[in-house]
Amino acid sequence: MNWSWTFFFEYLTNGFMFRGAWTTVWLSVISMTIGLGLGVVAAMMKMYGNAAVRYIAEFYIWLFRGTPVLIQLIIIYTGLPQLGIRLNVIESAILGLALNEGAYLAEIIRAGIMSVDKGQNDAARSVGMTWRERMYLVILPQATRTIIPPLGNQFNGMLKTTSLASVISMEELMRNAQMLAQINFRVLEVYSVAALWYLLLVSIWGLIQQRIEAHYEKPFGPAAAISPEAAKELKKAMQKAGATKV
Amino acid sequence: MTIDAPPPAARAATSRPAKALGAPIVLIENVQKAFGDNHVLRDVSMTIRQGEVVVICGRSGSGKSTLLRCIDQLETIDGGTIRAAGHLMGFREKNGKRVALRDAEIARQQRDLGMVFQNFNLFPHVSVIENIMMAPVRILKRPRAEVKAEARELLARVGLPEKENAYPRQLSGGQQQRVAIARALAMKPQVMLFDEPTSALDPEMISEVLDVMVDLSHQGMTMIVVTHEMGFARAAADRVVLMHGGEIVEEAPPEQFFTNPRSEHTKLFLSKILSH
Repeated sequence: MNWSWTFFFEYLTNGFMFRGAWTTVWLSVISMTIGLGLGVVAAMMKMYGNAAVRYIAEFYIWLFRGTPVLIQLIIIYTGLPQLGIRLNVIESAILGLALNEGAYLAEIIRAGIMSVDKGQNDAARSVGMTWRERMYLVILPQATRTIIPPLGNQFNGMLKTTSLASVISMEELMRNAQMLAQINFRVLEVYSVAALWYLLLVSIWGLIQQRIEAHYEKPFGPAAAISPEAAKELKKAMQKAGATKV
Repeated sequence: MTIDAPPPAARAATSRPAKALGAPIVLIENVQKAFGDNHVLRDVSMTIRQGEVVVICGRSGSGKSTLLRCIDQLETIDGGTIRAAGHLMGFREKNGKRVALRDAEIARQQRDLGMVFQNFNLFPHVSVIENIMMAPVRILKRPRAEVKAEARELLARVGLPEKENAYPRQLSGGQQQRVAIARALAMKPQVMLFDEPTSALDPEMISEVLDVMVDLSHQGMTMIVVTHEMGFARAAADRVVLMHGGEIVEEAPPEQFFTNPRSEHTKLFLSKILSH
């Protein structure tokens, strides 16, 4: 047996690994935030746009859900320069992850909006709300409640998906682990530590997610009212989102 | 549902003095509406005067709810004209031609009409008082304090002053519907539309909602009410309308509607609704 506790603890307290983990966090947060914006826009385009707008949204969702995020990242970083589009590593990583995430979130957000009872739209119109006011004041706040749990799930996935950015030399947790592995060839120790970091990040996120869900649960009072069809629709979207995820 | 046992408010008001009605406020002319091949409204014309209470009844599928939704522009009409509260609903006239209005312009027209739905449709994510205040504060941009005072008055008027901070889901159906009426009134509409306001309620809650509506009619509100509550029709309606197959087949003061209907459809309808 060749397991070195010395190396293990050395990696565990290594500042380089910590910086990698920190990069993983902010890369995830930024990509998720931009992805959320893209997802809302794509969902709106798909649900309320005219035919042309709808096709653009559908094409985007189809393209980015239909191809591996690894290929997307490589194309953005190493492929696009051939077309004269040069993005640095950080820009490429954020763009790739956000575009990919947005495509998944679009479906989740769409399902969330569809889960809001149609009568809510009637009621909002009857007091004279415009489309934007209906969305902002009535529909989205209610959709949020259904969207939050799968959204948390997606962020959990994002924390780990960022590891793929290591292939375009984004210096996040995975990449830094690789570099340390190449110095001492203590592969098992260093990747075990990397895995522990991911576990820690995901666990912390789990706690945060619980609080967020509790917060959105509150104002509705007891018992969620979501129609069985809407629940089914949402579950389908979540499965779709989860099933093809790395 | 029976005429023998009308709600308390209805009983108290069986012989009421004739009401002075104002100028026409809702004018419906030759309105048509189809969902695909299904012609829900064939050719409906009706005039409602200010302060008038019109009860519309008819079998399900007769077009009564659709008519109400067309008046409030929740459905767009395929033909004819609806004028309400001074608006040509859904359109504007330009060089003698009619141009369909955009969403925001329709929203502006809808502010002058209040609507109460069968399923209440309160906003579940905000409290009772916020349900009432949302539109006046967020849409009309009126000062919060002023709107809040009005909202409290409205809550008192519908008999729920203590429910201000409750959430819709914590209320009974009857209470929710009364809040929905207050929410509609908060926009100070010129006409109130009621789409089967008591159909989703347990029997013991129906009268608390009807009482509020009868009250409202006494205060001179113009009301168009789709309902099968014949007790309410007797107590508060100036006119009862029966729709059948997307057309108005009977239109009469309640006394005449119930005792001396002209249409066979009305006789059949009354025999069914009054027999159980």
